[in-house]
Amino acid sequence: MAITEKTPLELGPGDTARYAERPLGVFTRPQEGRGWRDWLSTVDHKRIGILYGASAMFFFLVGGVEALLIRLQLAAPEGSVLGADVYNQVYTMHGVTMVFLFIMPLAAAFANYFIPLQIGARDVAFPRLNALSYWIWLSGAIFLNTSWIVGGGGADCGWFCYSTNSGVAFSPSHGVDFYAIGLQILGIASLVSSVNLIVTCLNMRAPGMTLMRMPVLTWMLLITQFLLLFALPVITVALFLLMFDRLFDAQFFNPDAGADPLLWQHLFWIFGHPEVYIIILPAFGVVSEIIPTFSRKPLFGYEFMVFSGIAIGFMGWGVWAHHMFVSGMGPISVAAFSLSTMFIAVPTGVKVLNWLATMWGGKLRFTVAMKFAVATVAMFTIGGLSGVTHSVAPADTQQTDTYYIVAHFHYVIFGGGVLGLFAGLYFWWPKVWGHFLNERLGNWNFWIMLVGFNLTFGPMHILGLQGMSRRIDTYARGYGFEFWNMAATVGSLLIAVSVLIFMWNVVKSKRDAPHLPPPGPDPWDARSLEWSIPSPVPTHNFDTVPQVHGRDEWWHSKYAENDEGQVVRVATTEEAAQTGEATGVHLPSPSFWPLAVAVGLPLIGYGLIFNLWLALVGALLTIASLYSWAMEPVDDPDAAHDHHEEHHEAGDAEPDDEGDQP
Amino acid sequence: MSAEPLVADHAHDVSDHGHDPHATTTGLSHTKLAMWVFLGSECLLFGGLISTYLLYKTRGNGRTLPTDVFDIPFTSVSSFVLLMSSLTMVLALSAVSRGEDEAGRTWLLATALLGGIFVGGQVYEFTSFVREGVAFTTNPASSAFFTLTGFHGVHVSLGIVMLMSLFVASVKGKLTQRNAETVEIVGLYWHFVDIVWIFIFTVIYLIPAD
Repeated sequence: MAITEKTPLELGPGDTARYAERPLGVFTRPQEGRGWRDWLSTVDHKRIGILYGASAMFFFLVGGVEALLIRLQLAAPEGSVLGADVYNQVYTMHGVTMVFLFIMPLAAAFANYFIPLQIGARDVAFPRLNALSYWIWLSGAIFLNTSWIVGGGGADCGWFCYSTNSGVAFSPSHGVDFYAIGLQILGIASLVSSVNLIVTCLNMRAPGMTLMRMPVLTWMLLITQFLLLFALPVITVALFLLMFDRLFDAQFFNPDAGADPLLWQHLFWIFGHPEVYIIILPAFGVVSEIIPTFSRKPLFGYEFMVFSGIAIGFMGWGVWAHHMFVSGMGPISVAAFSLSTMFIAVPTGVKVLNWLATMWGGKLRFTVAMKFAVATVAMFTIGGLSGVTHSVAPADTQQTDTYYIVAHFHYVIFGGGVLGLFAGLYFWWPKVWGHFLNERLGNWNFWIMLVGFNLTFGPMHILGLQGMSRRIDTYARGYGFEFWNMAATVGSLLIAVSVLIFMWNVVKSKRDAPHLPPPGPDPWDARSLEWSIPSPVPTHNFDTVPQVHGRDEWWHSKYAENDEGQVVRVATTEEAAQTGEATGVHLPSPSFWPLAVAVGLPLIGYGLIFNLWLALVGALLTIASLYSWAMEPVDDPDAAHDHHEEHHEAGDAEPDDEGDQP
Repeated sequence: MSAEPLVADHAHDVSDHGHDPHATTTGLSHTKLAMWVFLGSECLLFGGLISTYLLYKTRGNGRTLPTDVFDIPFTSVSSFVLLMSSLTMVLALSAVSRGEDEAGRTWLLATALLGGIFVGGQVYEFTSFVREGVAFTTNPASSAFFTLTGFHGVHVSLGIVMLMSLFVASVKGKLTQRNAETVEIVGLYWHFVDIVWIFIFTVIYLIPAD
């Protein structure tokens, strides 16, 4: 009676669905369809991926507005756009929003959509848990942002919320409570998702898809899920301690009672440093798909790419204290973490060299996706190099808490992560939506974003080395900060323009699509399995589960080597691709219970902060929903197997699955 | 441009043809693999809590420490009870997978009961500690102690809920030999929680403070 989902995708011959239809007699089981309600109950990994992506882009705008407010405040000396107090809240929520509500869910969108497609599966291992992850994530995101309205303002302790600054004495509003509970809710979402995707990757590969034949995107996403799996419980502990301190008077971070504020720093960064790789590895995966496609060469050193990703995953656990060189933790710790930080640059360097070697001698096509991918490599390298300068502890002592650090991590996270994921958006847009993004607008998007990004964060290196502190709401005249701050503010406005161009591109491409030729299954002449099926992807993904014979399976079904060692085309895309016309494929049935479970969690959160009775209501809702879920069959006995047909009447109870198998 | 060799490793693939739709790549069911993966995450949760306690166990702020009020014989007995519940859990799985539903129910109930005795012992222990002046908010050491053992107690309680759900399912005839694996998966969780207690009991109660 645990919430088990056995073999959700197919019933074996002779199996019948064996369960009652309305577990509590409350809801009629939803059927898959096309209206907006179907998005609430969907368990389709592709729709959930789209939900993640769309919500992430919304929070990108929220975090972007916060960033612009920061830059307007700092544009000139003695700025007065925001007061000091509001400024603290805005930069904290900017960081939290961009990390937890934009870039992680955008990576989750790619993971949900493409892992099953790249390994040749029809869905993830636990479709309903997948829906649960999304809804919990969304409820956590909304919960976190409602602190602006009901919590007396956002959290104001910085995204890493050091104690004792996070205590009630220094942060008396409810902002930090919303931070502590909101991140726990988001953590549950990521944990559920990581278990689900790990099982999917390990257990649902198509025949012949060995681990070392998986596309690099899937590999990097798998490593990311393992990092999430092990990093999240550590921040969960830290957040619980913080919550207990603030709400129930525990003594974890009260130095007057003998507590050690460094405990928070250690717990946070044991999570926080792997988090950096959680952010960047999906972008590495995206780039590793795009560069080979547009160089018309296989990825150089596939094994090195995979193993350097794994090495980053392991070593990422041994470098956390380089965030704490000035905390007074002692020379041995500082020396050890300096060394490990220098070493972690090695596997990252391996990746950069492999991307360059992939492009070397290739037949390059600079589409917008490729431009973003190449820019990712270049900008990430700059950020990586400034990162290595931090590993030199004496230099870092000088740089800590200055704008040099801000410059560094934006080069890594924006230059690496965001540009990489934008590359992915341009690359996979035709696969997801069945039409291209406009390349001309895409070029404007790319160049303005690249220039704006460098104009925003490049000068911060200089400001930091000149001694400008981060998290200070303003600065006096005469320190030489004026020019570069104004430059950074202009740059941030350019980034905003480029994002608006992207939004316009989304609208315009959709509007123009009927007048343009459709992209077909494989518009870029690409290499992995998702390009062997129609665009947009049919609900059941694959007509027949592919048999995999090697890496870049799809490429090899189009091309082969002739006697002279020349690559020749052996099949057109139309010949090699699946038609998507299969019928009678059995799919997991939609469910409302994931949404119901997710609604309960923020109620518990509000309850803990404001009134424990509300927490009780939330807890009862969550528990009741979990039990209803456990009793609901994975396979709805009433669901039509053929989802192309109009669905049966709800309540048309004939639990008959036999003789209906593909 | 030279093409890579076409990997045509058919020899490995023959066995994959005509595979059973229920088969998974690893051979483990999704649910069992998911439980193993989840337990991996739980290790880090308890790792963080145990580390916190070890850091704070002597920080009493001039007031009574948890180590001053431990009743080791009492906790030893309740630890023994919890460890015995792993035995009954194994017997429950064994019975259900042999199709002996009646015996399966008995052992499931026995496991839940032993778990319940352990949680009851913890409640008694907590209240007696509070009487002796070690409450949740007394000092960093007490906050860490109650958080760690409390988290473990919540885990045991959730395990009891799962066991009782299995029991009810069995009474309704929904838990049979066919889905004995569900018992195995709950068992994995139960044994994990027991093993964590072995660590907690050793590190917290048995190793002296200084």
